[in-house]
Amino acid sequence: MGPESLEAKQAAAIEEILKAYPEKAAKNRAKHLGVGTPEDESQKTCGNVRSNKKTVPGVMSQRGCAYAGSKGVVWGPVKDMIHISHGPIGCGQYSRAGRRNYYIGTTGVDTFVTMNFSSDFQEKDIVFGGDKKLTKCFEEIDALFPLNNGITVQSECPIGLIGDDINATSKVYAKQTGKTIVPVNCEGFRGVSQSLGHHIANDTVRDYVFEGNVQTLGEPVAVTEYDVAIIGDYNIGGDAWSSRILLEEMGLRVVAQWSGDATLKEMALTPKVKLNLLHCYRSMNYISRHMEKEHGIPWIEYNFFGPSQTIKSLRKIAAFFDASIQAKCEEVIAKYQPMIDAVTAKYRPRLEGKTVMLFVGGLRPRHVIGAYEDLGMEVIGTGYEFAHDDDYKRTKDEIFRSTVIYDDVNEYELEAFVKKLQPDLVASGIKEKYVFQKMGLPYRQMHSWDYSGPYHGYDGFAIFAKDMDLAINSPVWAHSKAPWDKAVEA
Amino acid sequence: MQEVENIVNGQKLFQRPEYKEVLKKKKEFEGGYGAVNPAKSAEIAEWTKTWDYREKNLAREAITVNPAKACQPLGAVMVALGFEDTMPYVHGSHGCVAYFRSYFTRHFKEPTPCVSDSMTEDAAVFGGLANMKDGLKNCAALYKPKMIAVSTTCMAEVIGDDLYAFVEAAKEEDGGEFLPKEFPIPYAHTPSFVGSHITGYDNMMMGIMQQLTEENKGETKERINIIPGFETYIGSLRSVKSIVEAFGANYIMLGDHSDQWDMPAGEYSMFSGGTKIADAKDCINSSATISLQKYATAKTMKMVQKRWKHKGGFSNPIGLKGTDEFVMKLAELTGNDVPSKLKIERGRLVDAMQDSYPYMHAKKFAIWGDPDFLLGMVSFLLEMGAEPTHVLCHNAPNGWEEEMRALLDTSPAKDSLHVWAGKDLWHMRSLLFTEPVDFMIGNSYGKELMRDTGTPLIYIGFPIFDRHHLHRYSISGYDGALNLLTWITNKVLDQLDEDTKGIATTDYFFDLIR
Repeated sequence: MGPESLEAKQAAAIEEILKAYPEKAAKNRAKHLGVGTPEDESQKTCGNVRSNKKTVPGVMSQRGCAYAGSKGVVWGPVKDMIHISHGPIGCGQYSRAGRRNYYIGTTGVDTFVTMNFSSDFQEKDIVFGGDKKLTKCFEEIDALFPLNNGITVQSECPIGLIGDDINATSKVYAKQTGKTIVPVNCEGFRGVSQSLGHHIANDTVRDYVFEGNVQTLGEPVAVTEYDVAIIGDYNIGGDAWSSRILLEEMGLRVVAQWSGDATLKEMALTPKVKLNLLHCYRSMNYISRHMEKEHGIPWIEYNFFGPSQTIKSLRKIAAFFDASIQAKCEEVIAKYQPMIDAVTAKYRPRLEGKTVMLFVGGLRPRHVIGAYEDLGMEVIGTGYEFAHDDDYKRTKDEIFRSTVIYDDVNEYELEAFVKKLQPDLVASGIKEKYVFQKMGLPYRQMHSWDYSGPYHGYDGFAIFAKDMDLAINSPVWAHSKAPWDKAVEA
Repeated sequence: MQEVENIVNGQKLFQRPEYKEVLKKKKEFEGGYGAVNPAKSAEIAEWTKTWDYREKNLAREAITVNPAKACQPLGAVMVALGFEDTMPYVHGSHGCVAYFRSYFTRHFKEPTPCVSDSMTEDAAVFGGLANMKDGLKNCAALYKPKMIAVSTTCMAEVIGDDLYAFVEAAKEEDGGEFLPKEFPIPYAHTPSFVGSHITGYDNMMMGIMQQLTEENKGETKERINIIPGFETYIGSLRSVKSIVEAFGANYIMLGDHSDQWDMPAGEYSMFSGGTKIADAKDCINSSATISLQKYATAKTMKMVQKRWKHKGGFSNPIGLKGTDEFVMKLAELTGNDVPSKLKIERGRLVDAMQDSYPYMHAKKFAIWGDPDFLLGMVSFLLEMGAEPTHVLCHNAPNGWEEEMRALLDTSPAKDSLHVWAGKDLWHMRSLLFTEPVDFMIGNSYGKELMRDTGTPLIYIGFPIFDRHHLHRYSISGYDGALNLLTWITNKVLDQLDEDTKGIATTDYFFDLIR
């Protein structure tokens, strides 16, 4: 089958899927679905899909909200601060410890990531306002958790609607105590997805960490020529750790992780690094651009999924530094190559030619394509929950040939695409997982690494390969069909 | 570095020397107490175990830490999924729905369909009518449900959207293409800042029962409505039905999600099982309604009893006594003798209780969960001679604390048994350090308590994210009580082995036979 016919088949699938919608919704969704072709210069984004627009009501979108983008993604993993879910009880409860942002610390004493702090709004707080309650929350937190290094206020929907002034309340308390208190107006109804929450949270880092008079503990950290920060790695399953080790082996000093296993001090140190390394572009490009503009720190994007991309990225990073780093970079690449060759030799024959459909968030819909290709697998459909045009432009560079692209795909569409394109593996989130497993399709959660990981770096790739093999070649999928079903098929 | 013949994930990878070194070096930049002053961390950690800390902790007025409750729409979604081909529809932002779906899916390991109408900032200003008009239409067109059950997020409640008017307007505008006039769209206001998930259950259940039956009052039928409540044990729903069926009773289970969250592999269909819409429309004409969860159906049952004048009332079939009462109630309502099947089941349960009692007797338990769950569970613990030392209900409605106290007062150990209404799991942490127990019974949130206090956790409750398939079992009826007995007794025995396995020190007590 040539690429043209594949493309035609893919376009036909989109056409047919759109038929189920009422007219207005079909018109809207048509703009979010497309066939991306790497060589087609006329495509402004991948498949010319439109993105970062309002979700069509009533369609079972997989998207989250601004609060999820701020509390769940950017701020939540900062381990030595306490993050208050400010408003009713649900948001904090549903998002508690769901992202596997690994960290080291004594939880409840000097670190707090997997806990849930909520101001648990009641009707009287809605009616009379919750600012006094918020102050009381600050006081109680400092009394009972004296080793916290700061507090953030993660606004839930009602806060912005009832006219509370969390900014003033936070400012007063910060002034009284000298502590870092960060109010974040990330109400869930703002924007169209998690994405605006990332941006809002980035802005509060700028305003309250960089421009705030942050007091940090311990010795001052002297600057070196080789200081870098990892930006946009949430240390899911330990991803930032298996990335950090490579950077350190090539002679760089990783001063900060944003924000998996991060501390306030690391964030405060970042405006002095030589280079910012940006993994999740979507969620942290804002603060990277800010540091570039205000502090003169360049940033580069990198990709630590799969050896091909990892090698490319390591060299790209090394190129920024002197010959000694570049030499060590080559040593690192050489050191790991035999292990990677062995992993590929073991798993590639078991996975060669298998096809994958992805639907994830942030960076993964494009970043993991190379890792699959390293295993001989092909991504035949991909899309993002909350991407913008610039993400889709970058996606175009990663796809191998014509690929179905779906922005803000909903349950109906994803199910229909999978049925039409028949991939060997679906890789998405928890909400979709069991839909496809019911159909007997191998599945991996690619938000949480399905409780495995890390997947970043060389060590992570070995786990990735093993997990994909586990999913695709498990005997369990063969059990769906009962022995007495054979007659029917014949 | 990984070895190809022994690829390990993070659990073991980060224990390797090269990673230990990486993590050690990272501390140089951290500035947290764990990095700069570990002694201080250790000191505070010790302080959190003291009575002094407990008193300060219990005096908290504003901040909730590690809650054991969720918000209203979660309960509304559960109700909707208990009806035939019904799509839960949450009027508000889609972030909430993503959370409800993830939360249930992580517990049941099953898909959880639910839509929202994706309200954003403009809806916050102008109201969500336009979203509702498009949302109901799109939902009906794509997923072809037989009913759409509308609940609300706190955003819609704060701006004061009028659901009745919106639903009518949506139908009007659609002109019958996707939403014919008779298409059932019951609704309920479910503000997250009032009550908890069980309040939302109550509101949505009442909304459906009231709105579907509005013009259907006819002749009363000898039939019993059963409302399970916010029941997360699929097996419990089946146990209850099997008890009712044993009486040969004509019945309708209102809100039966047992098939929805327990679909066989092979193919996926969005909806499965559930109360027939026709039955739901006729439930007003049943002669009796029994609710199995008093505090999760307070408003609904008020309507049923005051306005519909149904017989029945409340029954909580968890444990021996609770099941006996349920069985007696059915005998009374049906006029039938207790079937021999149930007599045998009861006999087997009692036999098992008499076999295992030494291991539960006088053991101290801490337990938390929803109010009705706790009443049933505590009753069972008392039936076994156990001591529920700390009974904590974060979402305790009015009247629950007194009822629980009265139940605990039936125990000879009553003076050392405590009720904690409206408290959270960080309170529980202090209680466990200062007044320790032998075992905890609760949901996955007990995991950190287990780690911090060393108290073994018996996983019974909701949500359970990190143990598999427990929700498939029953905790109701005689068979459910047998499951409880099995889980608890065997955890006691596991712990006994754990405590006595020391070679040449304690293993004289590492008995083969217990």
